[in-house]
Amino acid sequence: MGQIRADAQGPEAQKRAGPRGPEARPMSPHLSVWRWHLTMFCSILNRATGIALYGGLLILAAWAVALASGPDAYALVMGLLGSLLGKLVLLGLTFSLLFHLAGGIRHLVWDAGYGYAPKTADMSGAAAVAFAVVGTLAVWALAWMTGAL
Amino acid sequence: MVSYRSSLSRARGLGSAKHGVGHWLSERLTSIALIPLTLWALWSGLVLARAGYAGAVAWLAGPVNAVLLVLLLAVGFLHMHAGLRVVVEDYFHTKLNKGALLLLNLFVCVLGAALAIFSVLKVAFGAGI
Repeated sequence: MGQIRADAQGPEAQKRAGPRGPEARPMSPHLSVWRWHLTMFCSILNRATGIALYGGLLILAAWAVALASGPDAYALVMGLLGSLLGKLVLLGLTFSLLFHLAGGIRHLVWDAGYGYAPKTADMSGAAAVAFAVVGTLAVWALAWMTGAL
Repeated sequence: MVSYRSSLSRARGLGSAKHGVGHWLSERLTSIALIPLTLWALWSGLVLARAGYAGAVAWLAGPVNAVLLVLLLAVGFLHMHAGLRVVVEDYFHTKLNKGALLLLNLFVCVLGAALAIFSVLKVAFGAGI
């Protein structure tokens, strides 16, 4: 048995965990009790990129507010986004957007009842990773070619 | 959000709290809407990156750009509220932390969406043509 979450130790957690105590039942996330495999990695990455895009949409909101506030505020935000750190963040967000997009489509296909066979799920996972990596490179190559960088 | 439950499903009233299906459906509907919207946003980002202030204002003066950006923001904030809500519900098990984080998530999403959509409309209406 692997590690148990730190917050699974309180009296409430013990009550929930039943007569055998909190050790008996691994709580989500099960990062420590299962061997890593591709579908698990994609599931975690889909959630992680979703959380990253939360920050991304807030950045888009900041961009809109700056644009409505005038040229000085806009120059400040664009300067931050155009800095080395800003570009790194945008690179990460490009990957996050494309992976979460592919991951979302996988989920929609699963919701329709298809693609559950282990081999199929592995293949769609590998395709999602490949799509996100190649897509990110393509978008940034396009940005470089059009002078957006 | 429009209800996509069938009358039969509503009449039978199956399901524990009777509204879990609404959350599930809204996640799927916003996902589908965000497929074309985010691809458009990626393309627009490349255009806006080299447009400058005046270029960005002129870009937002077009009704298609303004409306698609408002839709992206509205649907995006809905989707991200639903998504982070599930993350909080999965990983935080003490009542106070969970409640506070769910409230914070809601407030951040509503505030962010309101600020961003108001800003887009202000520029779009102010730009004229």
